[in-house]
Amino acid sequence: MPTSPLDKVAHATPRPVARRIRGLTDRAIAWIFVAPTIFLLLAVNIFPLIWTIRLSFTNYRVNRPNRDVEWIGLRNYERILTDPDIWATMQATAHFLIWTIVLQVLIGFALAYLINKKFKGNDLWTTIIVFPMMLSPAVVGNFWTFLYQPQIGLFNYAVAFFTGVEPASFSMIGDVHLAPWAIVIADTWMWTPFVMLICLAGLRSIPDTIYEAAECDRASKWRQFWTITVPMVLPFLMLAVLFRGIENFKMFDLVVQLTGGGPGNTTTLTSIDLKREAFEKWRTGLSSAYAVILFVTVFGLASIYVKALNKVKER
Amino acid sequence: MTSKLLKSTALALVVSGAATAATADDLTLCWAAWDPANALIELSKDFEGKSGHDMSFEFVPWTSFADRMLNELNSQGQLCDLMIGDSQWIGAGAENGHYVKLNGFFDANGITMDDFIPATVTGYSEWPKGTPNYWALPAFGDVVGWTYRKDWFERPELQAEFQEKHGRALGVPSSLEELKDIAQFFQGRDIDGTTVYGAAIYTERGSEGITMGVTNALYNYGFLYENPDKPYDVDGFVNSDGAIAGLEYYKELYDTSVPPGSSNWYMGENIDAYRSGQVAMQMNFAFIWPGVEADPNVGGGKSGYFPNPAGPAGQFAQLGGQGISVVAYSEKQDAALEYIQWFAQPEVQSRWWELGGYSALKAVVEDPDFATSQPYAQTFLDSMAIVKDFWADPAYADLLLPMQERVHNYVVAGDGTAKEALDGLVRDWIEVFEDEGKL
Repeated sequence: MPTSPLDKVAHATPRPVARRIRGLTDRAIAWIFVAPTIFLLLAVNIFPLIWTIRLSFTNYRVNRPNRDVEWIGLRNYERILTDPDIWATMQATAHFLIWTIVLQVLIGFALAYLINKKFKGNDLWTTIIVFPMMLSPAVVGNFWTFLYQPQIGLFNYAVAFFTGVEPASFSMIGDVHLAPWAIVIADTWMWTPFVMLICLAGLRSIPDTIYEAAECDRASKWRQFWTITVPMVLPFLMLAVLFRGIENFKMFDLVVQLTGGGPGNTTTLTSIDLKREAFEKWRTGLSSAYAVILFVTVFGLASIYVKALNKVKER
Repeated sequence: MTSKLLKSTALALVVSGAATAATADDLTLCWAAWDPANALIELSKDFEGKSGHDMSFEFVPWTSFADRMLNELNSQGQLCDLMIGDSQWIGAGAENGHYVKLNGFFDANGITMDDFIPATVTGYSEWPKGTPNYWALPAFGDVVGWTYRKDWFERPELQAEFQEKHGRALGVPSSLEELKDIAQFFQGRDIDGTTVYGAAIYTERGSEGITMGVTNALYNYGFLYENPDKPYDVDGFVNSDGAIAGLEYYKELYDTSVPPGSSNWYMGENIDAYRSGQVAMQMNFAFIWPGVEADPNVGGGKSGYFPNPAGPAGQFAQLGGQGISVVAYSEKQDAALEYIQWFAQPEVQSRWWELGGYSALKAVVEDPDFATSQPYAQTFLDSMAIVKDFWADPAYADLLLPMQERVHNYVVAGDGTAKEALDGLVRDWIEVFEDEGKL
């Protein structure tokens, strides 16, 4: 007589089914479990990727359903790689990517270092600092649009307070020289807490005994920082850089809300440009080639970076 | 006898009720999310009561309206049974099979396009342009015009200062140059302790904003979309000397007369700037005028309205507005056509105007009382008489985007010269027309 719940379930399995399952190998059962995931992966990721690659060699346009689709070889790729406007968006993306990562790593690490020290109100400050990353990027974009407003924006008044310039004399999102920095500042405000949390995890993973041993050896705080803290937090920092790099390469919502890619094309990042090609100009074939180029770029850079990260971990 | 009569009446009621229930549909009308859309909801209650059909509405903000709705049409979606699509979509709607052709329906129901303002028929209904092939009923007449702070203009001290400076009275400008003088006059001026600015103009980059604004200068300085004798021949017309001067004018207006930070402004931002007392004038579509009149800060006689002023090459204004079409992918086309038949009735169009919708029916706008029915009614009529519209070809989006980019980059970002911007636009448009097989 079955007694345990497991026995009861086994007993409840219809005999024909039980017989069939009993006849399966471990490998077959493993496939049964994995198959739905593989199917979903193929349907949602692999098939669209292959379809996109195929479209990238054609002149297909989704808004011209009645037009013949021609096979045009590498012409889309050639057009993208020789288009100065697309290279300008690549430059804008590189500017955004590099500066956001540099600022977020420096500020994030500094905040984590401070928060890691035990002091009164530590938890409260952590919660306050983490707050921006809990917001939606669209909300943050809207919020910073108001902050940057020349007549009433707090940002302009803060700059005016420290520098003495007239608040209405400059427009962060309307000036071609300032707008690229406006999106860097907003993204840094939003995502520095994320880097801080990862660094904090790294700092808290360092055993106190290492610092105690260093103290016994009379190592200065400066020496301890460079020979213990930084090397041990480095893998975490590199992970944060990887996450932020991939995310910011795809950056869309925050920048669209804040500047719409302007003024001119100064804040038109590749993702915004790709969206325009695909869903405003409806150049489906060309935008597929564009997407493939971006995918290969991100995938290639991320692979090299992950190898470097693994080497750092092994040290 | 009485009993038989009662029974037959009851039966008739049941049958007619059943018939109504059997044919009642839930129609979805798609349009932009703006004030007139709210008026249409109110207006449509009459249709629901009379037809038994239920109306649902899908309204999308202007800045994403084209993206959302063109996606819907291109994917042959069945969300919308009725579409109040932008005037420039008519070519794509007709040629790509998105809209139902309405000629047969109009003929069968006594609806004639002669009853509507000619510019709205050409702008919203016809494809190809100038031919009697109708794909929409003119639904909402709209045009770019100007709103100004009449109360500021009438101040004696400002009048005197302006007179001394320009040798003429501070009033409604009769030319674009005069408009620029007035805008510059107000720029940075202190009024009641607040710094105000000259004018809010369209500069938006993402959708169609700056194109809808700059054309009001371009047309009046001599810009033409194509050679009048040779379709799609754009070189020398889009980038003529006049067009270059028009673009330079718009840039000067932007550089000298707008509020700081207005580098990406369209309808909503202009309304906000005007209502909050930041600007002396605003460029905007006429649909905003009922809202301005009702506004406690700037309405009730404080504001005045005037059509886009003339330039050296004439007086024109950018057409806005839309026609209402039946979506070809809808399974409720009969009910959708019923809506159009109801909407075309003169009494419904009159009510449409009363609620804040701009009727394009001649019977409404040619009524002797129309011009005085609202403070902006005459300006609306004058403006509708001078309209021009952007390309309405199926490739309109391909034509709009480079114009947005070229013009915005020159006017707002200060990239290159006006000639370079328009020469670049000519190259872009030729490429599109070649791609489309038009050249």
